[in-house]
Amino acid sequence: MAQFKLPANSRIGEGKTWSATDGSKNVKRFRVYRWNPDDGQNPRVDTYEVDMDNCGPMVLDALIKIKNEVDPSLTFRRSCREGICGSCAMNIDGTNTLACTKACDDVSGDVRVYPLPHMPVVKDLVPDLTHFYAQYASIKPWMQTQTPAPPDQERLQSKEDRAKLDGLYECILCACCSTSCPSYWWNGDRYLGPAILLQAYRWIVDSRDEQTGERLDDLEDPFKLYRCHTIMNCTKTCPKGLNPAKAIGEIKKLMLERRT
Amino acid sequence: MALRTPIKIARGLGSAKDGVHHWWIQRVTAVALIPLTIWFAFSLATYAGADYATVRAWIGSPLPAVLLILLIAMTFHHAQLGLQVVIEDYVTAKGVQLAALILVKFLAALLALVGIFAVLRIAFGG
Repeated sequence: MAQFKLPANSRIGEGKTWSATDGSKNVKRFRVYRWNPDDGQNPRVDTYEVDMDNCGPMVLDALIKIKNEVDPSLTFRRSCREGICGSCAMNIDGTNTLACTKACDDVSGDVRVYPLPHMPVVKDLVPDLTHFYAQYASIKPWMQTQTPAPPDQERLQSKEDRAKLDGLYECILCACCSTSCPSYWWNGDRYLGPAILLQAYRWIVDSRDEQTGERLDDLEDPFKLYRCHTIMNCTKTCPKGLNPAKAIGEIKKLMLERRT
Repeated sequence: MALRTPIKIARGLGSAKDGVHHWWIQRVTAVALIPLTIWFAFSLATYAGADYATVRAWIGSPLPAVLLILLIAMTFHHAQLGLQVVIEDYVTAKGVQLAALILVKFLAALLALVGIFAVLRIAFGG
C-alpha cells in the first residue's frame, strides 16, 4: 500500500535552537529540516533566529546568511540566485518553490524549510534527483529529424509555431511540480510526472521535430502518462507560473486525435 | 536495483502502447451518466410515495426500462474503470493488486447483470 506514515528512522525530532545575536530588533525564525547520513540520527528541525535588518529579502539570502554566520554544516543547493537555474527548489511554508524567489516577508510567522517532498534525501535540503533526471533523459529531450539540417541556415519555424513553445520552454526542471504531485509520490518509479511530461510536450508540439508519432507512442502507457488525475498541484506550485497540467491535457488530446 | 544505470530503471519495461481506450471510455461513460442520473433522480422524485403496482408498471414500460438498463450498465462500467485506477494507484503489492483488480471487475459484472436482469424480469413479466 501507499505509505501514509513515515518509517521509524524518518520521523522528525526537535533539533537545536540558534538564538539571534543581542540587539537584533527584527527577528524571524527559520525552522529548517536537518538530516545527516553519517551520524545515524533521525531527521530533526533546527530553529535559526535571523536578524532580518541585516539580511537580504529572500529565503535563500537567509539560508546563505545562516550558513555563513551561524551554522556552516547546513547543506543546500543554490547557484544563480535569480530563479533560472532551479537548484534551490525546496518546500517553504508548505509549498514547493525556489528559495531565491520566495520573499521571507511573504511568510507569516516562522519560515518552515524542508527538502522537496517524497524524494530520497542526500543531506539536509538536498534531494536525490537521479531518477528524475533519468526520466527526463528517457523522453529524448532533443530535436529528432529524418531531414538533415539545412547546411546554410537554421531550421525555420513560423511565428505561430514558435508561439506554441511559449509556456513550455521556460521550464527550468527544478522538480517543484513533480514532487508536489501525489501521483508522482505513489508511482514515481513509473509515472513520468508533470515536469517531464511538460518537457515531452515541448518536443511533441515543436514544428521542427519529425518524431512526433514515436514520442506519443513512448508516452502511451497507463503509468507513464495516465497516472495524471488532473490534481493540479503542479500548476499551483510552479515557481515560473507554468501550467504542466495543461500540457499533459494536450498530450492526452493528441493521443485521442490520432485514433479518432 | 544494484548495478543498474538510472536510465535503465527509468525506461523500465517501456510503453504499454495502451491507456487511451481506458481514459476515453471513462469519459464517455461519465458524459452518458449526466443525463441518465438526472432523469433517474427526477423519476424517483415523481414516483415518491406511489404504490408498488404503479412503480412496477413504470419500470416495465419500454422507455424507462431501456433507460434503467443503460443507467445500470454505464454506472458499473464507469465504477470499475475508476476503481481500477484507484487500486493501481494505492495497492503496490503486485499479487494483492491483481487479485483486487479481478475481484472488482467480477463484482461490477455481477451487480450490473443482477440489476439488468431485474429490470428485464419486470418488463417481460416474470
